[in-house]
Amino acid sequence: MSAAEARRRPILRMIAGRLGIGVFTLFVISVLIFLAVSLLPGDIAQQVLGQSATPETVAAFRRELGLDQPLAWRYLDWVGGVLSGDFGRSLANGRPVADLLAARLGNTLFLAAYAAVIAVPLAVGLGLLAALWRGSWFDRIANVATLSAISFPEFFIAYILMFWLSVRMGWFPSIADPGASPRLAEMLGRAFLPAITLVLVVTAHMMRMTRAAVVNVLGAPYVTMARLKGVSRWRVVTRHALPNALAPIVNVVALNVAWLITGVVIVEVVFVYPGLGQLMVDSVTNRDIPVVQACALIFAAVYILLNLLADVLAIATNPRLLHPR
Amino acid sequence: MIRMLKTMPPTAILGVLVIAAYAVIALFAPLLAPHAEAQIVGAQFEPWSAAYPLGTDTLGRDMLSRLIWGARNTVGVALVTTALAFGIGAIAGLLAAALGGWVDLALSRLVDVLMAVPALILTLLALSALGPGVANLIVVVAILDSTRVFRLARATAMNVMVMDYVEAAQLRGEGTWWIISREVLPNISAPLIAEFGLRFCFVFLTISALSFLGLGLPPPMADWGAMVRDNAALITFGDITPLLPAACIAVLTVSVNFVVDWMLHRASGLKD
Repeated sequence: MSAAEARRRPILRMIAGRLGIGVFTLFVISVLIFLAVSLLPGDIAQQVLGQSATPETVAAFRRELGLDQPLAWRYLDWVGGVLSGDFGRSLANGRPVADLLAARLGNTLFLAAYAAVIAVPLAVGLGLLAALWRGSWFDRIANVATLSAISFPEFFIAYILMFWLSVRMGWFPSIADPGASPRLAEMLGRAFLPAITLVLVVTAHMMRMTRAAVVNVLGAPYVTMARLKGVSRWRVVTRHALPNALAPIVNVVALNVAWLITGVVIVEVVFVYPGLGQLMVDSVTNRDIPVVQACALIFAAVYILLNLLADVLAIATNPRLLHPR
Repeated sequence: MIRMLKTMPPTAILGVLVIAAYAVIALFAPLLAPHAEAQIVGAQFEPWSAAYPLGTDTLGRDMLSRLIWGARNTVGVALVTTALAFGIGAIAGLLAAALGGWVDLALSRLVDVLMAVPALILTLLALSALGPGVANLIVVVAILDSTRVFRLARATAMNVMVMDYVEAAQLRGEGTWWIISREVLPNISAPLIAEFGLRFCFVFLTISALSFLGLGLPPPMADWGAMVRDNAALITFGDITPLLPAACIAVLTVSVNFVVDWMLHRASGLKD
């Protein structure tokens, strides 16, 4: 075995290990999502058809849904379908769930990526500054502002922005539909209000956590040592503190994906944005369970995948974690 | 007490005052509100006037009265949910720490799974399976939120469980419950109390979000999240009335957060 290969191996083994944990978590979650329907107190067929349905229709509908099969078989059938892109049919309109998802998933990912591209550098930069100048007026204002922003309901921020930027100023449309516009600039403009709402929500959380992570590192003895031996402030931050704060910051970014997903659901409803979140909320109201299951599974998979990525990045940036004892 | 008040930062004082004001409004809602909760008093969407200080809503109900009743309903439901979440989480966490073994393992893995997915997604899934309703809402949100209380209670209790005085109590044959309530609980109450404030904010925001999405309290009841949703159309006409219930939510959570921030800062003895 060459030296380079030996150095690379712990990373590969670590990635394989994390991947295994991620796949297992996803499996458990899929069982949970599947069971949500089966553990219903009533009978789903009866609920959908209503009290007036004859026993024969209910039995036929149950057979159509596959409810007469054993539980484990139905689970395998469902997962098998999902893996081959078949999420079943919507109870509300009988259309294949996959068709409903296709266009909306793209819209939601576009919105989330749009927000993340702005929020991540902004939050990490501001969090670094707040940590560096801790105790200053900038830090205090940032503390109060971010504390307020994370205490606001997402829809409050969304409606305030809609009120000022859309209704008062007329700069942006209050209903955000990116449509099938071929021009990226037009899509960015139309999705600006929902995206900026998400940016505000996520930045506040992320900035507070980044600040805490960096303050933690700046309190370490080696930073004091570097300062005492006369290293310039800038160099202390870039060469001594930042490399060690990188792992916690990566984790902070991943953690905030949770708020991005939660935020997406609400923001999409406010701006009538045709995404996965809105579809999920509509389906919950209609109790269109196959669609809810599909949306929940997709959100869960995306979230677990991003956390996995963050885990791997955090370990890759911190050599100490590569050799756990 | 007086000395504590003197060292309080202005934000924390403001927070305490606002929380007290909300408590008074919620408790005396029937006396303060000019009209009943579901009473239709005028036409739809009447503007602000002497008779209806904040106008009327989609069905012609007095906005101000519904805001006051909302303080009782929305905050009340959030408080009950937080208390339930806290009870479940703290008891499970303490049991996991005290008993260890497979109880700890099973509870911890269950919590890991529940926390592996954003809570709102699981809440939506559970509500679509169980159907809407206040009881379902409270139980689902409480169970999902108790996971964080569990982690905190378990971690802090673990630190106490290895102390000599706990070992001494075990050696003289005290039962699990006695050890939890007499040795462990008094020593971990400070972080748990601060956590209660944080959890309340989370639960309150979650329930507001759900009621905004139309999955909250049943319709005739005044509920701030649902009030924003019902009257949102007014915003496109440049009327800020629908923002008021949202502002009520925001002001309360900001205030609680200010107080909790100060308590945490004091308890941590400070990192910065």
